[in-house]
Amino acid sequence: MESCNCIEPQLPPDELLSKYQYISDFFIALAYFSIPLELIYFVKKSAVFPYRWVLVQFGAFIVLCGATHLINLWTFTIHSRTVAIVMTTAKILTAVVSCATALMLVHIIPDLLSVKTRELFLKNKAAELDREMGLIRTQEETGRHVRMLTHEIRSTLDRHTILKTTLVELGRTLSLEECALWMPTRTGLELQLAYTLRQQNPVGYTVPIHLPVINQVFSSNRAVKISPNSPVARLRPLAGKYPGEVVAVRVPLLHLSNFQINDWPELSTKRYALMVLMLPSDSARQWHTYELELVEVVADQVAVALSHAAILEESMRARDLLMEQNVALDLARREAETAIRARNDFLAVMNHEMRTPMHAIIALSSLLQETELTPEQRLMVETILKSSNLLATLINDVLDLSRLEDGSLQLDLGSFNLHSAFREVINLIRPIASVKKLVVTLHLAPDLPEYATGDEKRLMQTLLNVVGNAVKFSKEGSISITAFVAKAESLRDPRAPDFFPVPSDNHFFLRVQVKDTGSGINPQDYPKLFTKFAQSQSLATKNSAGSGLGLAICKRYHMLVIRFVNLMDGHIWLESEGLGKGCTAIFMIKLGVTECCTESKLPAATNASMNHAQTAFPGLKVMVMDDNGVSRMVTKGLLVHLGCDVTTVSSGDECLRLISQDHHVVFIDVCMYDGYEVALRVHEKLTKRHERPLTVALTANSDKATKDHCRRVGMNGVVLKPVSVDKMRTVLSDLLEHRNLV
Amino acid sequence: MDVIQMQRTWVEYTKSLYREGYLDSQFAQLQLLQDESNPDFVVEVVSLFFEDSERLLNDLTKVIDQQQGVDFKKVDAHVHQLKGSSSSIGAQRVKNACVAFRSFCDEQNIEGSLRCLHQVKQEYYLVKNKLENLFSLEQKIVAAGGSVPVDELGFL
Repeated sequence: MESCNCIEPQLPPDELLSKYQYISDFFIALAYFSIPLELIYFVKKSAVFPYRWVLVQFGAFIVLCGATHLINLWTFTIHSRTVAIVMTTAKILTAVVSCATALMLVHIIPDLLSVKTRELFLKNKAAELDREMGLIRTQEETGRHVRMLTHEIRSTLDRHTILKTTLVELGRTLSLEECALWMPTRTGLELQLAYTLRQQNPVGYTVPIHLPVINQVFSSNRAVKISPNSPVARLRPLAGKYPGEVVAVRVPLLHLSNFQINDWPELSTKRYALMVLMLPSDSARQWHTYELELVEVVADQVAVALSHAAILEESMRARDLLMEQNVALDLARREAETAIRARNDFLAVMNHEMRTPMHAIIALSSLLQETELTPEQRLMVETILKSSNLLATLINDVLDLSRLEDGSLQLDLGSFNLHSAFREVINLIRPIASVKKLVVTLHLAPDLPEYATGDEKRLMQTLLNVVGNAVKFSKEGSISITAFVAKAESLRDPRAPDFFPVPSDNHFFLRVQVKDTGSGINPQDYPKLFTKFAQSQSLATKNSAGSGLGLAICKRYHMLVIRFVNLMDGHIWLESEGLGKGCTAIFMIKLGVTECCTESKLPAATNASMNHAQTAFPGLKVMVMDDNGVSRMVTKGLLVHLGCDVTTVSSGDECLRLISQDHHVVFIDVCMYDGYEVALRVHEKLTKRHERPLTVALTANSDKATKDHCRRVGMNGVVLKPVSVDKMRTVLSDLLEHRNLV
Repeated sequence: MDVIQMQRTWVEYTKSLYREGYLDSQFAQLQLLQDESNPDFVVEVVSLFFEDSERLLNDLTKVIDQQQGVDFKKVDAHVHQLKGSSSSIGAQRVKNACVAFRSFCDEQNIEGSLRCLHQVKQEYYLVKNKLENLFSLEQKIVAAGGSVPVDELGFL
């Protein structure tokens, strides 16, 4: 600030100099006044200037300086004291303000300078952010491209469209010169050029799959930069001097077989396709990371889309196959139904047709029998008659079989004479057997009831069939038929483990064994026999239409027989000791027990009600012979509990000594070494039947040998140890009722 | 312990014996036979069984331990007796062991027989122990003024 020497002599030293000074002062004042105005104007315009107070100060300073200089103008001429005072005030003020401003500026100027540096910094930052924004925008755009690409790819399930779209979209997004897809051939040893972007129909280039560059790409799931000179990249003639960078990526091809229910597909068995992407040549463009990422993502999406397409194809194929099979099955079913209907019709017709001549033969043979015949002729006619009767029965069987399959067959229950049924069957078979010179013997067990309840006719048919077969399969020798009542323990045959007969009080199981001396059965065929039996049993319960006529199991037995045995709650099987050693057919059926010999339809169930009538046997004198002390005591306890008068003995001698007619029942443990002997002796000693005590064997053995033995020595029953109270009660009741154990 | 508690324990114990196969339904029959006219039937029978079995087991041990050769007929006879007794009172496991023993006797298998003898002895001592426990419990119940709750066994 120039010091204004404003107080000076009145004389103008130099007119010119003062004139200039005058003018300069004027202009300075002007400037000094206009600067704040400019400042104010511009600061008002900008809203950001932070130091307004400084500005005010500065403005004041300038204004005052200006004022000073202005006032100076008056001092060039003679001026009054007022002017001088004003001048002085102005100068003083100016001095104050300017000093204050100077002090202020010391603080402010560094700040202002730093603002400048900050501005530079911010400018740099802004530039950086701009760059990054640019990058993000590019990425976002790429992302959009990927989404769009994916959408395009996934919008179709057609494999060709998928691949074509992929290449097209990739080419567009990344502005590629060329894009190609190599698929593995069927053999898996080569890669074949399948699709390209620019060429419409690529020629069938192939490259072997085990090239190092291909292995390199396949071994990583990232996009790999490869040389433009590698065989997979040399697709078109070079357009420019410098080929663009090439990138290759693997595309996993997932097969349906890779999708197991429980695991994810294993990577080691994957097949891959190769996607090759080429940047335009001479473009100096480089593959950016985000572009590579885009390529990888697309490759994965393509893989997924392809696998979906494959699954769809597969399922369509499966569905078509199923439809075909359905049609075929339907046809087969209809054919089967037609066949069955045809067979049934045939059966019906044949039956009728067969019966008519049969009846004629039978009728005429009967008539012939009435006429005069020589003994030989008579024999012949009788045989004819018997055989035709048999044949008629067989024909009826055939009809019955069809009815059986309809489920309309029911058993014809009634009381009949069991013994005579057997005898009649034998009589029917004898003539045929005698023709073959076979001896037929029948042995009915003594304990076989004379009367039983069941379907007599069917039993006879079954017997006839079984015996008839025995006769048929034996060329010579004998046929022996035995019939007896099956006891509980022997009912379970090891060969028929799934046969669980449950004997009850009103029924018994008739067991018939037909032994022949025919060709026997090969032991190797045994398992086959019995599985077939099992099958037939299950078939019998469902009405299987396919079981067919005639000889079913083992080519021996009429299905009828099997069915009837089943209906009668029984079982039939074969035993043989081997080829050439004959064969024994055994069957068991359930028959009802009947007492009366009248033709009553109801099975006699008297036993059941009688069993529990007597709960105590007061005064019944019982002797127990057992060498086992504990057993003895227990048996005695049982009998005492039931009210009996019990004597126990532990040896045969003692028993024989003490036995008398007063005793009603003697329980003998036949496992003792002299058990049977004692029984015999007891019988001998007390011979009068009605007075003799009943002898019952107590044994832990339930086998046939024991039972036979007991029967042979004349014992009245066999009881299995250990005995329960109920069992003892039943035994005593039965004994007293029947004098025998049934 | 009061009577009710002891009775309950008795029922549980008896049921467990049946469940574990020590006793079978034959023992249940014996329990049925016990009544006012015959209050100690079961104990008597079982005591007799114990005596018999100990004797038989001693005899068996003697016969099997013989150096000159084992008389399997005798062994069989003894085992038969033991089997009979055990099945009469319903000592199921002893009886089963006897059955196995007999089959080895049939085969004249000394090793097997020895093993079976051990088995039988083991089963016998087990069931003896169990039954003695049972009887002492019964005695306690009777001494405390209660009665043995045979009816509560349920399956008789």
